[in-house]
Amino acid sequence: MLIELKNIVKNYVNGDVVTRVLRDVDLSVDEGEFVAIMGPSGSGKSTLMHTIGFLDRPTSGTYLFDGENTQSFTDDELARIRNKRIGFVFQSFNLLPRTSVLDNVMLPLLYSGDKSGYESRAKKALESVGLGERIHFMSNQISGGQKQRVAIARALVCDPKVIFADEPTGNLDSKSGATVMHILEELNKEGRTIILVTHDKQVALHANRIVTIRDGKIVEDRLVPNSERVHSKEIKEEEE
Amino acid sequence: MNNTLFKEIKISIKDLLARKGRSFLTILGIIIGVAGVIIIISLGSGAQSLVLGQITKLGSNLVGVLPGKSSENGPPTAVFGVQIKTLKLSDVEAIKNKGKVPNAIAVAAFVSGNATIIAGKESVDTSFTATDGSYVRVQNTEMTKGTFFSDEEANSGANVIVLGYDVATTLFPNGGEIGSVVKIKVPNNNPMSSNEVSNSIPLRVIGVQKKMGTVAFQNQDDQVFIPFSVGQRQVLGIDYIQFIRIKIDDPANVKTAIADITRVLREQHRIHNIENDDFSVRDLADAIKLLTGITDNLRIFLGLMAAISLIVGGIGIMNIMLVNVTERTREIGLRKAIGATRKNIRNQFLLESIVLTFTGGILGIIFGIFVSYIIAIGARLAGYDWAFIISPIAVILAATVSIVVGIVFGLYPALKAAKLDPIVALHYE
Repeated sequence: MLIELKNIVKNYVNGDVVTRVLRDVDLSVDEGEFVAIMGPSGSGKSTLMHTIGFLDRPTSGTYLFDGENTQSFTDDELARIRNKRIGFVFQSFNLLPRTSVLDNVMLPLLYSGDKSGYESRAKKALESVGLGERIHFMSNQISGGQKQRVAIARALVCDPKVIFADEPTGNLDSKSGATVMHILEELNKEGRTIILVTHDKQVALHANRIVTIRDGKIVEDRLVPNSERVHSKEIKEEEE
Repeated sequence: MNNTLFKEIKISIKDLLARKGRSFLTILGIIIGVAGVIIIISLGSGAQSLVLGQITKLGSNLVGVLPGKSSENGPPTAVFGVQIKTLKLSDVEAIKNKGKVPNAIAVAAFVSGNATIIAGKESVDTSFTATDGSYVRVQNTEMTKGTFFSDEEANSGANVIVLGYDVATTLFPNGGEIGSVVKIKVPNNNPMSSNEVSNSIPLRVIGVQKKMGTVAFQNQDDQVFIPFSVGQRQVLGIDYIQFIRIKIDDPANVKTAIADITRVLREQHRIHNIENDDFSVRDLADAIKLLTGITDNLRIFLGLMAAISLIVGGIGIMNIMLVNVTERTREIGLRKAIGATRKNIRNQFLLESIVLTFTGGILGIIFGIFVSYIIAIGARLAGYDWAFIISPIAVILAATVSIVVGIVFGLYPALKAAKLDPIVALHYE
């Protein structure tokens, strides 16, 4: 089991008011799965992803990642996991402005402790998302769909086991969104685990398993039959 | 480890170059502060060398005797305009005695003051020096016309006068000074003169001094010389001496001569206890030491004033770095999400402020050297013997201080950035 959550509770305390965002969540994800976490806004799906993605610590409960109990990990150890074993793709891309596509993709490598091969690894990651030609463009000179593909390349550059995608198509038109989903599907076929947070049913149906969360609790956890699954094709953008 | 640091510096430089305009404005305070320190220290050194150069021009084998006691390193009281009447002509005679001060080759007594010199319709306000014939030997004076007065003329009170070059050309624009009679008139309110002074004394011009220019910040051409007894008795109406200058045969014997002169004067004044000395014997080395001490202190003081502007510049850096951290909150969140540790973020922002202040320091040093050089050229064009001096210690110090300012004022914003929670930072709008 790659990810194993047991009795995860997350409370936010603001003065005397305690907001219970996650209530006793149990969730296991195997290596190679493509899981969609669905739920309305305020349901706790983002908090769940942040917790699984080591951006946040649970208030209580145990989290085994790749068999290791992460409770006692220091902040630096968590940073190392985020760097080496996890890749993030955000709704709003979060690329560094005024910085080239290549430098954006190389960024995680700067924190990896690796000594060399930055450029060739970043180029390889960009080629795998179909942007091998645009490496010297500035991040604000490319389209939204291309930005998200750069973000995927950045998530891939350290060769992580899991990719977390938080509403990756939320800011994209349908064509670019399809391309991004196609890339995620391909990554899953290569054997990478994908955890996708979305509120869009059509997007969620790309996954082989849908976990629905409401009011901080998992209310449904089902496998998607092959007949229901949606597959996207890469749609070539018109050249600008 | 070094490799990581190198990469972090690279990130910092990249980020700063992405905001060139603001980065430059941010370091303007540091540039000005460092340039200020460099310029002040350079000007201080230049002015010091100018002062010392002027003093050395007088000659390094001269010894002066002033009335009144003074401490080893302090200025003699006479410098402050206090009139002390303890030096007499008999003291001069005693110093002239070969047996007592064997190294003295010329001894000149002085009184001086301000006076108006009148020739026909022309008149000049100038300073007069009343001395004896030894003056030419003591000061290496050269004449362009006529001669200086002799010891006999000086002591007998002959009514003669030697004009400085500028005074002569003003009073006698068409020449013919030698043999002409001029009048010397002392202002009635002259604090040095007494009531018995005759108001206007006619004197015959016997010489005109060669053009000499400025020595020890005094225009040597804007003065006149009159015999000692005329100046002392008739013009000022006093019975004491303001100043004695002695020329020593060799600079190496100056210290011996000072000891001899001191002993002679103590005998003359019947002083048994050093505490009761009523005179001061000084050579130029003393004066140089004194002036160097004063200018050194002044330079340090002004340098510190300029350094304060570095602190002000540092506060500016801190302000901009705080704005930077706030503006780049999302970027910090992202960097953390993809694996940056607190230390990475802290180092990034700390290095950015160090790179900023160090760049400011380097630009300030270049700018400061440039301005000091321009000033040195200007001073030379104005006729001063000005040396362009850049102290390497000041340069190293300025560069070091600029780095320290970066660390001190960059630390708080950097720690603030490092402490940001990645989720909060990622969702910051």
